[in-house]
Amino acid sequence: MNKIVSKKQLSDNVFQMEVEAALIANERKAGQFIILMIDEALGERIPLTIADADPARGTITLIFQTVGATTLKLSKLNVGDALAAVLGPLGRPTSIRGANGEPAGHVVCVGGGIGVAPMHPIAQALKAAGNKVTIIMGARNKSLFVMEDEMRAIAGDDLILITDDGSSGRKGLVTEPLKELCEAGAVDEVIAIGPPIMMKFVALTTKPYGVKTVASLNTIMIDGTGMCGGCRVSVGGATKFVCVDGPEFDAHQVDWDQMLKRMGAFRPQEAAAKDHVCNLYKGI
Amino acid sequence: MTPKERMAIAPQAMPEQDAQVRAHNMNEVALGYTAEMAKTEASRCLQCPTKPCMQGCPVAIDIPGFLAAAAEGDFATALKIIRKTSLLPAVCGRVCPQEKQCQKFCTMGKVLKDVDKAVAIGRVERFCADLARESGTEEPVTCAPKTGRKVAVIGSGPASITCAADCAKAGHDVTMFEAFHKCGGVLVYGIPEFRLPKSIVRHEVEGLKKLGVTIETNYCVGRTRKVADLIRKDGFDAVFVGTGAGLPKFMDIPGENLNGVFSANEYLTRANLMKAYLEGEADTPFWHGKKVAVLGGGNVAMDASRMALRLGAEKVYLIYRRSLEEMPARKEEVHHAKEEGVDFHLLENAKRILGDDKGFVNGLECLRYELGAPDASGRRSPVPIAGSEFTLDVDTVVVAVGNASNPLIPATTEGLEVNRRGNIVVDPETNMTSIPGVFAGGDIVLGAATVILAMGEGRRAAAGINAYLMKDRS
Repeated sequence: MNKIVSKKQLSDNVFQMEVEAALIANERKAGQFIILMIDEALGERIPLTIADADPARGTITLIFQTVGATTLKLSKLNVGDALAAVLGPLGRPTSIRGANGEPAGHVVCVGGGIGVAPMHPIAQALKAAGNKVTIIMGARNKSLFVMEDEMRAIAGDDLILITDDGSSGRKGLVTEPLKELCEAGAVDEVIAIGPPIMMKFVALTTKPYGVKTVASLNTIMIDGTGMCGGCRVSVGGATKFVCVDGPEFDAHQVDWDQMLKRMGAFRPQEAAAKDHVCNLYKGI
Repeated sequence: MTPKERMAIAPQAMPEQDAQVRAHNMNEVALGYTAEMAKTEASRCLQCPTKPCMQGCPVAIDIPGFLAAAAEGDFATALKIIRKTSLLPAVCGRVCPQEKQCQKFCTMGKVLKDVDKAVAIGRVERFCADLARESGTEEPVTCAPKTGRKVAVIGSGPASITCAADCAKAGHDVTMFEAFHKCGGVLVYGIPEFRLPKSIVRHEVEGLKKLGVTIETNYCVGRTRKVADLIRKDGFDAVFVGTGAGLPKFMDIPGENLNGVFSANEYLTRANLMKAYLEGEADTPFWHGKKVAVLGGGNVAMDASRMALRLGAEKVYLIYRRSLEEMPARKEEVHHAKEEGVDFHLLENAKRILGDDKGFVNGLECLRYELGAPDASGRRSPVPIAGSEFTLDVDTVVVAVGNASNPLIPATTEGLEVNRRGNIVVDPETNMTSIPGVFAGGDIVLGAATVILAMGEGRRAAAGINAYLMKDRS
């Protein structure tokens, strides 16, 4: 059981929770994720990325959007309640330029929506390894930005905000400032985390410039340890498992169209389940 | 009774749920013997002095011994004899391939020239275990005085359960680590309820707790904590790795990543462990396959096809590229699958999976095969017939062509030697790996095998651990 020690609502449907998980807080590295369950009898296992961790307090911080039945139920839990299960940290840690044998350089982190949350520990680690870090944060509108202050603390003036409607920062898409940076020619690596469609376009944007681009994928999975294969994606023509081979892959090699289709495998069932839970909360 | 009289006793058929009824429920198919039937079947044992059946049993149960007690109606003694060498009789009685093990060597079957007429050793074994469990008369197991040594057991499948029990009985403090939220490994995520009721697995896990074993679920060794840290930081004196063959193989054919294509592991895990069949109650989504093709010919392929029927499929095709004779699945499972209405497509193989523009499966292109010369495995090798392509109308494809070894522990444990296939290399006598104090057993060593072989490995590793810990002490 993992107790919830703090909870904050960041926007209409985005929540932040700090959860007791001492071993995970100790062991986790940038880029890794967890799988949680609210109920072990009939609950679902869902992967969530780790936004932050505090080994001293023995807690990890999760940021999630209510997209399905389980995240909706999760959002209704409060401080003092406990999660039935938290497994992790899963996946391979991010290979951090400057600490992995590649010389430090200029890394552009592109976070879309709540993809900024898992980007936070990665950007921290990149900075710590001596890289110049530029962060591009994109969202539909101002209210959907998360961790803006934390990201500004890392990137300072190199934080670029961009919204679809212009309610904060530039109006437009994350690919626009990214293209300008690539054009200027001083980008060594790009890391993208966000909706698959955004990551696809980030990859298309950087490809002509030959800039190394890494994307962190959040596919459907059950066990998270390589056993089910539900999370498989095509990377460079070979099938890879996001849970054990990833979650980060060369974005230029990922078959984005296939991944986008796979993300929709259970969409009607997921929508029905979410409606069902919504109705329960409304008392219908 | 004279041998002649024993020979005259008719083999006792296993009572079963009616095929048409059971194909639509999750309840156990084989209902089990009555006491009278168990006694009668046990009486068929000729009590051969050479005990040929024992050579077929991977854990060398004294089969004539327990059958003699069962024939007298003394099922408690029978169980005691079984338990001397086997830890999970209720499980093995159900899922062991007896026709390839003990019953293969049974004199009765040889005389009657039919392995199916051998003494039904597994069914009697199952009865003895079920009777004791259901009546609450299992003898309590006692543990040796505490040794003060700590053993970590990684994984909770049959190899790990056996190793944990044996180490606990030897007086060590045992902690079992399981990545999933429930214990049992393949016994809970893979083998379906209708073949192995989960209440039996739960009972065995409860038994471990009674022996003092601590169980840590939602704990993935390799990720939550490294093997080396269990030893260096957590004070474990020995570690057993029983993480199984959990990495599904695919066919490497076009269309395998379409929606509606599942590994058998995923398909069965959704249904068994996550209870997706309880639609409206379970949160894990349910896949509504109406026309399902299952690729493969092993027990897992049978489980997946029969599960598909129970999940509401109207048509289930089983595609296997050799003939019935080469099929690795147990005869009983094949028979059950056929009875329930699975449509066997033999000497055929999937060539590519077809999909619509949204990425969902809408067909399977197959190729017909014929049998050529025997290959390295001794089985006649399947040879495709050029130009024999045809298409099956399906919306779901389940790939059940086996598992490779799970890479998580080898990848995160420095100095752990694995072979070309990724299986952990162990000393055949003690099951110790290349790292002193770290042992391994079950499918992570053998490649995908059976429950009883895994159990045998767990037992040998436990003996190896005991010897290692005690030598270390003196």
